[in-house]
Amino acid sequence: MASTVFRSFQTHPFVFHPTTLLRRKNVLLYCTMRSQQTQTATQEKVKPQVKVSNLNPNKKLENISKDYEAVIGIETHVQLSTQTKAFCSCPYNYGSQPNTSICPICMGLPGALPILNFKVIESAVKVGLALNCKLAMNSKFDRKQYFYADLPKGYQISQFDVPIATGGYIDLDIPVEFGGGHRKFGITRVHMEEDAGKLMHSDDGSYSQESTFRFVDLNRAGVPLLEIVSEPDMRNGIEAAEYAAEIQRVVRYLGVSNGNMQEGSLRCDVNVSIRPIGQLQFGTKVEIKNLNAFSAVSRAIDYEISRQVLLHSQGQDKEIVQETRLWDEGAQKTVTMRKKEGLSDYRYFPEPDLPGVFLTQDYVDGIHNSLPELPEMKRRRYEKMGLSMQDILFLANDMNVAEFFDTTIKKGADAKLAANWIMSDFAAYMKNEELSINEVKLSPQELAELIAFIKDGTISGKIGKQILFELLAKGGTVKGLIEEKDLVQIVDPAEIEKMVEKVLSENPKQLDQYRGGKTKLQGYFAGQIMKLSKGKANPGLLNKILLEKLNAKS
Amino acid sequence: MLSTLQPPRSLSHFRTKPLLLRRHTSLKPLSSLSSQPVTHSTLTDQSQSQILSTRDSLLSRQITAAELAESFLARLRRTEPHLRSFLHVSDAVLTQARDLDDKLRRNEEVGPLAGVLVAVKDNICTAEMPSTAGSRVLEGYTPPYDATAVRKIKELGGIVVGKTNLDEFGMGSTTEGSAFQVTANPWDTTRVPGGSSGGSAAAVSARQSMVSLGSDTGGSVRQPASFCGVVGLKPTYGRVSRFGLMAYASSLDVIGCFGTSVADAGILLHAISGHDRLDATSSKREVPDLASQFVSISLLQSKPLKGLKIGLIRETLDDGVDIGVTSAIRTAALHLEELGCSVTEVSLPSFSLGLPAYYVIASSESSSNLSRYDGLRYGNQVAADELNSQYMDSRAKGFGSEVKRRILTGTYALSAGYYDAYYKRAQQVRTIIRKSFKAALDEHDILISPAAPSAAYKIGEKKNDPLAMYAGDIMTVNVNLAGLPALVLPCGYAEGGSAGLPVGLQMIGAAFDEEKLLGVGHIFEQTLQNCRFVPPLIADEDKPC
Repeated sequence: MASTVFRSFQTHPFVFHPTTLLRRKNVLLYCTMRSQQTQTATQEKVKPQVKVSNLNPNKKLENISKDYEAVIGIETHVQLSTQTKAFCSCPYNYGSQPNTSICPICMGLPGALPILNFKVIESAVKVGLALNCKLAMNSKFDRKQYFYADLPKGYQISQFDVPIATGGYIDLDIPVEFGGGHRKFGITRVHMEEDAGKLMHSDDGSYSQESTFRFVDLNRAGVPLLEIVSEPDMRNGIEAAEYAAEIQRVVRYLGVSNGNMQEGSLRCDVNVSIRPIGQLQFGTKVEIKNLNAFSAVSRAIDYEISRQVLLHSQGQDKEIVQETRLWDEGAQKTVTMRKKEGLSDYRYFPEPDLPGVFLTQDYVDGIHNSLPELPEMKRRRYEKMGLSMQDILFLANDMNVAEFFDTTIKKGADAKLAANWIMSDFAAYMKNEELSINEVKLSPQELAELIAFIKDGTISGKIGKQILFELLAKGGTVKGLIEEKDLVQIVDPAEIEKMVEKVLSENPKQLDQYRGGKTKLQGYFAGQIMKLSKGKANPGLLNKILLEKLNAKS
Repeated sequence: MLSTLQPPRSLSHFRTKPLLLRRHTSLKPLSSLSSQPVTHSTLTDQSQSQILSTRDSLLSRQITAAELAESFLARLRRTEPHLRSFLHVSDAVLTQARDLDDKLRRNEEVGPLAGVLVAVKDNICTAEMPSTAGSRVLEGYTPPYDATAVRKIKELGGIVVGKTNLDEFGMGSTTEGSAFQVTANPWDTTRVPGGSSGGSAAAVSARQSMVSLGSDTGGSVRQPASFCGVVGLKPTYGRVSRFGLMAYASSLDVIGCFGTSVADAGILLHAISGHDRLDATSSKREVPDLASQFVSISLLQSKPLKGLKIGLIRETLDDGVDIGVTSAIRTAALHLEELGCSVTEVSLPSFSLGLPAYYVIASSESSSNLSRYDGLRYGNQVAADELNSQYMDSRAKGFGSEVKRRILTGTYALSAGYYDAYYKRAQQVRTIIRKSFKAALDEHDILISPAAPSAAYKIGEKKNDPLAMYAGDIMTVNVNLAGLPALVLPCGYAEGGSAGLPVGLQMIGAAFDEEKLLGVGHIFEQTLQNCRFVPPLIADEDKPC
C-alpha cells in the first residue's frame, strides 16, 4: 500500500497543491486511507487510558443490557464450487486476471440466453436436505431487477416467491469456552441465484492509472450462489457466529462450496434489532455488511446490540433507523453505509428464458441417499463414544480431521486415545507447519498402529511421541521406524539391571552423595540410564530396579 | 381439375384493370417443383421455389452462384434507393458465391441452401456484420457470435446478403420506428412495408434476396408479409432457437421466415429448426422433413384437401376490418372449399382480450430485457460524472420514443402494487387464450383469419397514434400468446397503389404442426388463379417464362 502511495506521489508531484488534491480523487483517497491507518494505530496505543475512562459507562451498559433482548437473523450467500458458472460454461477461479473468464452469456451481450447448470440444482437440493428443509418439487427462476455497474443484464436471475427449499433448521453446539449448550435455529428459505461482477475502484492499486475510472471485473458474474435465510432465532454475537460456522461446515461436508469467507465464498449479512424483554413486537432492524470472518460476525453484532441498547435506554430509540451499516474492522465498530429510503422495488417476475425447475421424488431420494454424514450426526456419534464436547468439536469442525479420526478408530484405535493424539502434538504440528491434515505424511493407519504399539508396551509413550513427529514430517510405517531405529522398549529386568549397575559404577561420586542423603540424585541416575538405553528402557522397571540397587547397598 | 375453380367473385368490383397485369402465364402443370424448367429466371413467380430452382440450376451448371448473386445484388442496388430495406449490405456475398462455385467445380458436396441469398433482420446477431436492432444504443455494434439460426443457414451453404431494417428492437408495426431509416413498401413506395420485420419483407418482395429471416413477437413477420405480398411463417414457440435474437419479449419472440413461396419459407424453417442447447426454451421435438410435401400441382387430386376442417375466426371479420381485406379472406375461404375443405366459422370469445394482455406482457418483458443496454459494456456510451447519470443519458439518447414508451409501460406493470392487476392478470388472460385456441384446434385442422385489419397504409399515417398502430396487431398477437405456428400467404388484393395492394391470409395450426400449415399453404398457393405477387417496382424488369 505504502509503496503505491509513494509511487503516485512521484508520478504526480503536483498533487501537493491543495486544488490538485481535490481534483484527483484517487490520490485523495489514498491520503485518507493512510491517515485513517495512522489514527487507528494511535488509538490502539492510547487504548488503556480510554478504557479506564470508559469503564463506568461499560458497567452501566452491562446492567442495562439485562433488560433487553436482541433478535438476530442472518442471510448467508454461499458460492457454489461448480466447475462452470450457473448459466454458461465459463469456469470460475478465485483470483484469476480480471475479465478472463467471461462469455457473451455472463457478459449479458444482446441475444445471449442463460442455460441452467444442473449441478446448481443438485447443490441446492443437497443443502436443502442437509438443513432439514421442505423442497419445492416445482420451483422456478425469477428476475430481480436493478441497475448497477456490476450487474451486466440489469437483472439478477434469482428465485422469488417459490424458493427451492423452505422451513428447515440447523443444529449446533456452542463451544465450551463460550458457555456451551445445544442450539437449534430455524432456516426460513434456501434459494438459488447468480452472483454479480466486482467493481474495482482505482484505490485497488493495480488499476489506478486514472482517477476518474472505475473498473468492472465480470469473472464472478453468473457464478452460482445459494442464499440461505435464517429465522430471527439468534440472541447474541456468539450464537450468530456459530450459526455461520455451522453453515460453513455443512456446505464443506457436502462438498458444494469451499465456504471460504476471505475469498467471499461465504458471505454473511446480519440483521440486528433489540427490544425490551417482554415486548412482543420486534424493534427496528439494522443490517450489517462487510463481515469477513466469524469473529467479525460476533463482534459486530455485540457492538451493534450495545449501540442500540444504549440509544434505547437513553430514550433515543428514534435514532435506531432501518439502515445498512458496515463493520469497520479497524475501528471495531459499525458505521452507517446507507439509510433505506422506503422499500426498493425489484419488480420480480418469472424468468421467461428458463423453464421451470421440476424435481422428481427419485431424484431427491437419490441425493438424499448419497448425503455424507453431516457435522451434527458426527457430533452426536462422537458424544456416544464418550468423548468430551471439546474433543467432539475439535474433531467434527473440520471434515478432514473427522475423517482422519474416523479412519483411525476404524483401524482399531481406541477413540479417546486417538482423539488425544490428534488434538495434542499432532494438532500443534499442523498449526506450526501451517499444514492441513491431508498434507501431513502420517496416515490414519499408522496412527492406529502407533497407538497399538504403545498400548501393548512395544514402545514407550515417549518414544511414541518421537516417532510421531518423524511420521508426520517424513511418513513411513511405525513398524519400519521401530525396527530401523531399534526402538523396541526394553522390558527385560536383567538387561535393565545391567545398565543400572553400569551407570552406578561409572558414577561413584554421585552414588556416595546419594547415599549421604542427597536422594534427589535418583533422577540424575534415571536420566543417565535412560540415555544409555537410548530411551528404550521401560521407565517403571528402570525406576524400580534403580531404587532397589541404590538402597540395597546402603 | 383447376378449370373447375371459379375466378374469385368478390374481387370483381376492382379487378378489371390491375388483374391483367397480374395474370399468371404459367399455370400449366409443372412436372415437379424439384425439377424446374431449365430456363432459369432470377425473378421467379410466387408459386416457384427459388431455393429448389437455385439448387437445380447450380448443380446442372446453368448458372454460377456468382452470376446468381450478381443478379440479386444488381437488383438490390437498383431498388434499394426506393426501398431502404437494408441497414447493412454484406461485402462478402460475391466472395462467398465464388467459393461455392469453386466447390462445385471440384464436384464437392454443397449444402441444401448452397447459393441461397438470405437477408437477416438486424435484431439477429451476425458475427461479421453490425447488428443494431435498429437502435442508436447499438449503433456500430458487431456481435462476437452468430445467432444459431444464422449459423445453421451458413453451415447449409446459405449466403447472408445483409441486415434488414426494423422497428427499433422489433417494437412497432411499420418499420418507421427504426432509428436509422424508413423502409418503403415495394408495392407502393409511399406506404409502409409493415413491421417490425418490414425490411426483411420488403427485401423478399422486391427480390433483393431470395428469402429472409424476421422475428415475430406479436405479428412482426406475418403483418409485413401481408403488406408486402410475400409468404411469412411464424413457427411454434420453441421450434427455432432464439439464441442470438436480441430479446424483446422472451416468452413471445420467435424467429420466422419470409419467402416468395410457401416451399421456400418451409425449407428455410427446416434449416433453422431444432433443439439448441444454447436456448433452454427451444424444443427437443423431432423436426419432420417439411420439404417432401412441396409436390407439383400435377400430382394433386381434384379435391386435394378433402376432409380438412377449417375454422374461420368470426371475430377477425368484425367491424374495423377493411372491406378489401374481408372480401379477400372470404374469397380465400371459398378457394379452400373448392379444394375440398369444409370451412365453418368459429368463435373465439377471448380474441379481443389478446391485445391488452399482449401489450402488458410484451412491455413488461421488454422493460427487463432492455435493461442491459446501459452503455457500459457495448454500444453507445454517454460520458457522465457518475453512474446514474451515465445510465440515464445513455438510455435517454440511445432509445427511441416507442421503446421508451414500452419500457415505461412495462416498468409500471411490474411495479409493486400493480403486478397483480396487470402482469399477473395478463398471464391469466394468456392461459384463457391458449385454452380457447386449443379447443378450437381440437375441432379444426387449421384456423384462418386475415393477417392484418387493412392492407399497407401510408407512411406517417399512424406514426403519431400509437394506439391505432397497436390496434393493427389484433389479428396476430393471440397466436404469440398461445405460442402457435401461423403461416401468412398472399391470397388477394385490396385497392390502393398502382397495382392494388396484397392481402395476406393467416393460417393458424396446432403447436408444432407447421407441416400441415405448409402442406395446405402450398396447395392453396399452387392453385390460386390469376394472382402473381410481384410488386410493380420490379414487375417489368424480367418477363417470366
